[in-house]
Formats: sequence, structure tokens, C-alpha cells
Amino acid sequence: MVERRPVGTLISHLILIAGVAIVALPLYVGFVGSTLSFDQVTTVPMQMTPGTHLLDNYAAVLSHGSKLASGAPVGVMMWNSLVMALAIAIGKIAMSMLSAFAIVYFRFPLRKTVFWMIFLTLMLPVEVRIFPTYKVVAELGLVDTYAGLTLPLIASATATFLFRQFFLTIPEELAEAARIDGAGPMRFFVDILLPLSRTSMAALFVIMFIYGWNQYLWPLLITTREDMYTVVIGIKRMVAGGDTLVEWQLVLATAMLALLPPAAVILVMQRWFVKGLVETEK
Amino acid sequence: MDKRVVFRSRWLPYALVAPQLLVTLVFFVWPAAQALYQSLLIQDAFGAKTQFVWFDNFKDLFSDSHYLASFQVTAVFSVLVAGIGLAVALMLAVFADRVIRGAKIYKTLLILPYAVASAVAAVLWVFLLNPTLGILTHVMRSLGYDWNYLLNPRQALALIVITAVWKQISYNFLFFLAGLQSIPKSLIEAAAIDGAGPARRFWTIAFPLLSPTTFFLLVVNIVYAFFDTFAIVDAATSGGPVQATSILVFKVYQDGVQALDLGGSAAQSVVLMAIVISLTVVQFRFVERRVQY
Repeated sequence: MVERRPVGTLISHLILIAGVAIVALPLYVGFVGSTLSFDQVTTVPMQMTPGTHLLDNYAAVLSHGSKLASGAPVGVMMWNSLVMALAIAIGKIAMSMLSAFAIVYFRFPLRKTVFWMIFLTLMLPVEVRIFPTYKVVAELGLVDTYAGLTLPLIASATATFLFRQFFLTIPEELAEAARIDGAGPMRFFVDILLPLSRTSMAALFVIMFIYGWNQYLWPLLITTREDMYTVVIGIKRMVAGGDTLVEWQLVLATAMLALLPPAAVILVMQRWFVKGLVETEK
Repeated sequence: MDKRVVFRSRWLPYALVAPQLLVTLVFFVWPAAQALYQSLLIQDAFGAKTQFVWFDNFKDLFSDSHYLASFQVTAVFSVLVAGIGLAVALMLAVFADRVIRGAKIYKTLLILPYAVASAVAAVLWVFLLNPTLGILTHVMRSLGYDWNYLLNPRQALALIVITAVWKQISYNFLFFLAGLQSIPKSLIEAAAIDGAGPARRFWTIAFPLLSPTTFFLLVVNIVYAFFDTFAIVDAATSGGPVQATSILVFKVYQDGVQALDLGGSAAQSVVLMAIVISLTVVQFRFVERRVQY
């Protein structure tokens, strides 16, 4: 701040507190709702302080979900979400690093074609090519499998560009020195590029993990069996039952469980998250 | 920009790009081509008879009043999401840039919505605004305002706009904050010495200098409102009441899954593809060139 204006600072804080309060409101009310009994959560107006049913509700959904809806255990769904998020994050990082390495450090016919083909994926989000992609996955027999859940989302143009951009800034001398010392390309990749890319990998991991965990449309199409649902889909199936049948305390407990892992990743890796967000979009 | 020092191998570069290329071909290029081809066909619901009809599906689409209505809903929705989202985030970023104490706590809390899945965000807001149980519904009722988004189309649209803005606020906030922090302090100080107050300094210095960020975010937010809000609509309103919240991406899904109109749905996919491609081109061409005064 340029000059001292106590009143201005006070107003700034008040506005920020109001903003944060509005942003936090659904999270707080959701949390409170997940600690109440069914009778408490359906009382109008609902109480605004946490109740005593936290452990009961969370244990209930983890083992058998909401019995009025599907009754599928949320524990299994959390596992599916974790597998999906990790596979997408790690798969994207590995695949895009390898192709960026090939594009930057080799000259080969079709190099430009490959580059444009990867660029093309940027223009084709799942929402756009949904049915034909579903058909391909169904014909390959991948419905209700982890491969079907993750493979169609695993190609990433942004990650490839990010690594390409980063590799281009690495001094030529490193590759030169490696070649003089007789290191092959893969040796150079593993011993020099990988360690140098650690920050970029961490930044991308945060973004991609959240992307994978929060996927909705694709798992909705590709999972038909309850034991393959991801937790985000599980919530949607719980509220689909019509108003009177919804066990809100369990739905909200599931919602809290669903947002806990990505929120933890963001909070723990906040520095890399901001870096990743800014870099993947530029 | 190319590297001077390169490695030589006949097969290795192909092996390195193979996984990415294979996934791209099987799950991106092939399905997109299928959608293009499919959009020129009419198929009965059992897939028994297929007829090549050139652009009839597109003609039908643009003479279908439901589709045109869906276009209109999408336009209104994306203008509201981008407009409100940017205004609120900019305001919060400006004040967060001013304060020193507690800046980190505000920032941490404001990035939390990014972690929440769209469908989960929709469920949380539906709980707050539920016609019978919702806390906010209760507050509005006691103020004499009747809220029931299940019956009122405008309120249903308001519900998905609120959820979409809430979900995107972290992203807009972080970019605006980064933009504000990159403005040279000397400019602001010079204006202050010349006697410009905080409001004047914002409108004549910070706001114009932020215009590249603002334009970039505008494009990103429109893309977001068009394509990434399927989960919000599906989990909060399912397109209702009476199609009031049936945005384009939702309609593709609905027509394909429920109505089994594959040709029509594919034609819609092609229209969406054209929109994504033009928005991507706008983003790459103009963001590079820097919008400035």
C-alpha cells in the first residue's frame, strides 16, 4: 500500500471478510449438516453449530452409503476416485514428458505433424466428442474398467506444451556435455531432465489430480456398476431419488469426503498449485 | 525455437511419442471424425437403417425452436457467469492486494472452491437453496421473497449461475491478484504523489494495465460456462424447469442418451466443436497480441 489510510484498510478487511464468508458458507453449512441426525438436518431452519453425529454419518456412508438411494459403499467409490485421479495425473505427466522430450531433442520426419496432432486435442474436450468416444470405448470392451475411465482423458496438449517450453530453456551445454561423456538419450532424460523438471511435475500433478478426481461426465457414462462409481458420481446418484427420500446428512457427509482429498492436495501444495495454474494456461 | 544439440536415433523418437499419439488417435481424432460423419446421417433408434442426408441434420437443428432456445439460454448463462465472476473476483483481488495482515489466510480460503468438484458444489448450493429445507430459502421467505427454483425458471438459472460463479472464483481471483502484483509500484506511487486517491489510481492505472488479464479471463470464463458446467446443470436442475437451464452441452447429452437421436446429437457435437475451435483461435491470436490502451 502506498499511503497509510486506516479507514481504507478497515473497509478492505470488511469486504474481504464478507467475500470469504460467502465463499465459505456452502462448505461450512455442508459440514454442519454432515454432523447432524436426519431429524436435525430436516428441521427448518437447520441449526448452525455442528452436532454429535459426525462419526456415525461418516462411518455409515463409508461402509454402506445411503440405504434409501443406492446403498453403495462410499469407501469403494473413494478408492475408485483415487485410482482414477492418480492414473490421470501420473499418466498425463509421463506421456507428455516423453513426447515433449522427443519433440525438443530429436529431429525426425513427421515431427511437425505429431506436434499439430497433439495441439488438436486442445480443441476437443470430452463434452464435445462424447458419444463417439463412448462407442469406441464400448467396442474395446473397456466399459466399467479403470482403463476405460482414464485412457480417454489422459492425453494432454497443455502439459506437453508446458514441458516443451521448459525443455527449451534448459542450456544446450547440458545435452552437449552429456553427449561428450557418452550418455545416450534415455540416460540424459533420466539423469538430467527428470531431476530438473521436478517443480513443473509437482505443479502439474496438483492441477491434474484435481482434474481427475473431479471428473463427472465421463465416469457418468462409462460406469454402470455401483462398484465402479467414483465418489462424485455416487453423490449425484444419492440425490437423484426425489426430495423426501434424500438423507441429507449422509449426502453431505459424502460431499465432505469427496472434497477432502483435492482440498488437502491444494492446501499442502499451495505454492505449486498457483504455479501450475498460471503456467498451464499461459 | 529449436535446439542446436540433438540426439540421433531412427526409432526412439517414434517410440517416445507413440503412447500419446495412440491415445490421441483412438480417443480424439477417430471419435471426432465419427461425429462429423454421423452428423450427416439419419439413423433409426435401433440402428437398423442408416441414410446419408448431407446437411439435413443441421437444417433441422437450426429450425428447431428447442435448440435455438438452448442457444439463447447458453448465451445468457455465459454472459452472467463471466460478467459476475470477473467483477466479484476483481473486487476481491483489489482489496486482497491492499491488505498486508491476513492476506495469506484470505487467499487460502478463496482458492478452496477450486478443489470442489462441480457436481459437489451443485449439491452444496442445492442444499442451501432447497425449496423446503434450505437455510437461504428460509431467510428469503422470512424477508417475504418466495424462492422455489424447481418451479421458477429464472430462479433455476440463478441457481446454476451462482454455483458456476462460486466454483470459478478461485481461478479468476488468482489471475487478477497476479496481474495486480505485477504492476510496477513506481507507477502507483507517482500517481499518489500527484494526489490521486485509491479509486482514481485503480481506474486510471491498474484497470487499464490489467486489460490483458481481463481479456484472457473473459475467454477462459466463456469457455468454462459453455463446456465445463455440464456437471452443475445435471446435478442441480437437470435442465429444468421446462428447459430453462438446458445449456448446449447438456442438450447434446440429453438428446443422445434419452432421445437416442444420434444424428441430431452428432450435429450438435459438431456445432460445439466449431465453437471450441473458434474460441481457442481467439484465445491464441489475441491474448498474444496484448489488449492495451
